[in-house]
Amino acid sequence: MADLLILPVLVPLLGGLLATALPVRSALVGTLAALATSLSGLSITLLVWLHGDLGTVLGGWGVPLGIGLSADGLSAALLAMASLVALAISIYAGSYFAGSAQARHFWPLWLLLWSALNGVFLAADLFNLYVMLELLGLSAAALGALTGKREAIAANLRYLLVGLLGSLTYLLGVALLYTAYGTLDIGLLGERLGPTPIAATALALMVSGLALKTALFPLHFWLPPAHANAPAPVSAALSALVVKASFYLILRLWTELFAPITDIGAATLLGLLGAGAVLWGSWRALRAQRLKLLAAYSTVAQIGYLFLFFPLLASLPPGTARDDLFAACVLMALTHGFAKAGFFLAAGLVQQKAGHDRISELGGVAQRMPATTFSIALAGSALVGLPPSGSFIGKWVLMRGAFETGQWWWLPVTVLGTLLAAAYVFRVLSRAFGLEPTPLQFVTNARTEIPALLLAFASVALLGLAAGPVWAVLGFGAAPA
Amino acid sequence: MKRDLALLLGILLALLAALLLWALHATLALEPGPRLAELASARLEQTGVSNPVTAVLLNYRAYDTLLELAVLLAALLGIWSLGPAPAGYQRSGPALAALVDWIVPLAILAGGYMLWVGGHAPGGAFQAGALLGAAGVILRLSGEPSAGLPGEPAQRWLVVLGAGVFALVGGGLLASGFGFLTYPPGQAKWLILLIESAATVAIGVTLTAAYVGGRPGSGTAHNGTGQSRTVQR
Amino acid sequence: MSAQFLYGGAGILLFALGLWSLLVHEALLRKLIAINIAGGGVFHVFIAIAYRGDTAPPDPVPHALVLTGIVVAVSATALVLALHRRLEQAEEPAADAEVLSESASASSAAPPPRTPAERTPGTPHPETPHG
Repeated sequence: MADLLILPVLVPLLGGLLATALPVRSALVGTLAALATSLSGLSITLLVWLHGDLGTVLGGWGVPLGIGLSADGLSAALLAMASLVALAISIYAGSYFAGSAQARHFWPLWLLLWSALNGVFLAADLFNLYVMLELLGLSAAALGALTGKREAIAANLRYLLVGLLGSLTYLLGVALLYTAYGTLDIGLLGERLGPTPIAATALALMVSGLALKTALFPLHFWLPPAHANAPAPVSAALSALVVKASFYLILRLWTELFAPITDIGAATLLGLLGAGAVLWGSWRALRAQRLKLLAAYSTVAQIGYLFLFFPLLASLPPGTARDDLFAACVLMALTHGFAKAGFFLAAGLVQQKAGHDRISELGGVAQRMPATTFSIALAGSALVGLPPSGSFIGKWVLMRGAFETGQWWWLPVTVLGTLLAAAYVFRVLSRAFGLEPTPLQFVTNARTEIPALLLAFASVALLGLAAGPVWAVLGFGAAPA
Repeated sequence: MKRDLALLLGILLALLAALLLWALHATLALEPGPRLAELASARLEQTGVSNPVTAVLLNYRAYDTLLELAVLLAALLGIWSLGPAPAGYQRSGPALAALVDWIVPLAILAGGYMLWVGGHAPGGAFQAGALLGAAGVILRLSGEPSAGLPGEPAQRWLVVLGAGVFALVGGGLLASGFGFLTYPPGQAKWLILLIESAATVAIGVTLTAAYVGGRPGSGTAHNGTGQSRTVQR
Repeated sequence: MSAQFLYGGAGILLFALGLWSLLVHEALLRKLIAINIAGGGVFHVFIAIAYRGDTAPPDPVPHALVLTGIVVAVSATALVLALHRRLEQAEEPAADAEVLSESASASSAAPPPRTPAERTPGTPHPETPHG
């Protein structure tokens, strides 16, 4: 059964190869491969939910010689989110790129990106993670530049270089760990790793490399132009999924592998950077003139919230309270994945219809596209953290944790970030209720509008009203009432 | 101002380098723990090859190598997505052409040798593929606009050949109950040779195509002025 | 030990030097070379840690990791160069569009694509009108 762990990586890889070889049929091959990949990812999640953690070592050599794959609750939760979001993006892309020559470039790169994404969530080997991160970064930058516009190419060129620097820094940390402990397997390393200065240096290198890739303030400078200038389905994938891969890795390394040496001081540093991201990202989103740039800055802010959990996790002993915080952090990451993908897909439709995405001039278009505007509103309410969205629960547990651990200074950050988020979301929505004349006809296109709507809906209802499964997959007790 | 910033960065990075040097020194001074080397050489006989680096690349850590081929492909797909290839170079004169006629077959021959020798000595698919790629670069430089590559449909199949054969062998082994990329006893050598041969061709074609620098099939017409920076649209 | 440290230490210095050059220089090609130097430094460290004394054969695992790393670096370099050339082409005809960046969030609409080589998916879809 654990043999099946390779499928979420293998299926999109084979699909990507076939889509490369058959450019004329790439959309068909791509859609079928997307369905199969999504199914394989969801079945792994189901297996972990039903039977607990899965693990296997490829090649039949066992660790430490072979490369291990493993899926625990954290992997399974992110795998499930990636499977659903990426499937929705695929369906949307099938229509978005229809008839465009970009389709034949999109599908192979998209499937390779998906393969790397699943590979990151399932890998149990530090060097394999490096290769996966590079595949992810290269395919993401290539996809981001697909429009061929000058600013898209400039932004993604920078994104590519930044990503390379991040991976190299990570790799140097891996080299130190291999020299000191003689293995690349995360599980074995965890047994051998002690609170030594060498391990601390490796931690600093690896986390700073990954923080650069996940756009943690003040290393976020590359993200807004790269995400705002990509084609809509790619923006959605970059913001919702790709930055989550490196965040997932930081969370895993910080709370598992490096648990012996990550103390409250280091975690507070991450928390402070997160707070900076929340405030600065939200402020820039409020000031943004363009819808997609707003969404990109909102990603910077939302990544910031995830890092606010680190100092709280560090100051709590293992137990229900800490489990709740951990699950709330994951829940916020998942909610952001759904909400931001839905937001970007909807923004892409607005941009297609209006020919631009300048917020101040969107009134008439917003009124003519009721389903799309509704998607933006739903996704926006999840970004703000209104009940019943998943991020409402996440922020609630976060604030409760800040109270309980006496770290009250995270409360004003959260409140201020929420107010700013409400302001930038309502700034967009107010356009839909402007004084433009009521349109004579509404525009609908089911194949692109339904994926966006479903994603936005999932972020509010699926993860908010039914957060219990997230706790269950992570192996914790019931969700807090 | 700019100079000051550069100086400040230099000082900070010098401090970082000093810290890292100290960390490396301390790490190397540790008693070398149970490294993978002993284990890798102890089980070398079962891997089907006698070159330990090839054993790591294609047996112990074959999964990494498969993904590395995917990385190479992703880069090429990215290059192809940016537009058609620029025009080639001016045709070489007779002396260079005669030299190329010698070097290219030699490079291909040497590539074949590298592929075979990789089983027991330094060499292997990547070295062999790099030689094939070099042959392609030389062809392009000497004025062959397609760099010796076939048309677009065949080229597409060739660049996915390496990762494709690799993944299919892995998946086939998984389907027949051995586990992904777990070679059955006694068949490792031939399966590795099959994968490496396919990978060599794919790497050579991919490197050449990346050097050509754009989608095949259009925009590679000659122009007599040497390298042109504009793409024909 | 000392030779090993010398080799690995040189790698660390190369990494720091590449990092400095990457941060300080503006020109993209210099940045690309800088990042390749930094990467070469990291590979140096891997080669150094493979050494296990004069009598024992070197550890093959770091060697294989470096081979993998080199191929990744080559791929990334190729893609960066291709993007760079595309950028130069786009800039040739009197570039006037501002790069959309933090400071330019107030920039106006993006100009139409300069290369009509491919249809961009900006064209509207067949729409179903509703009453």
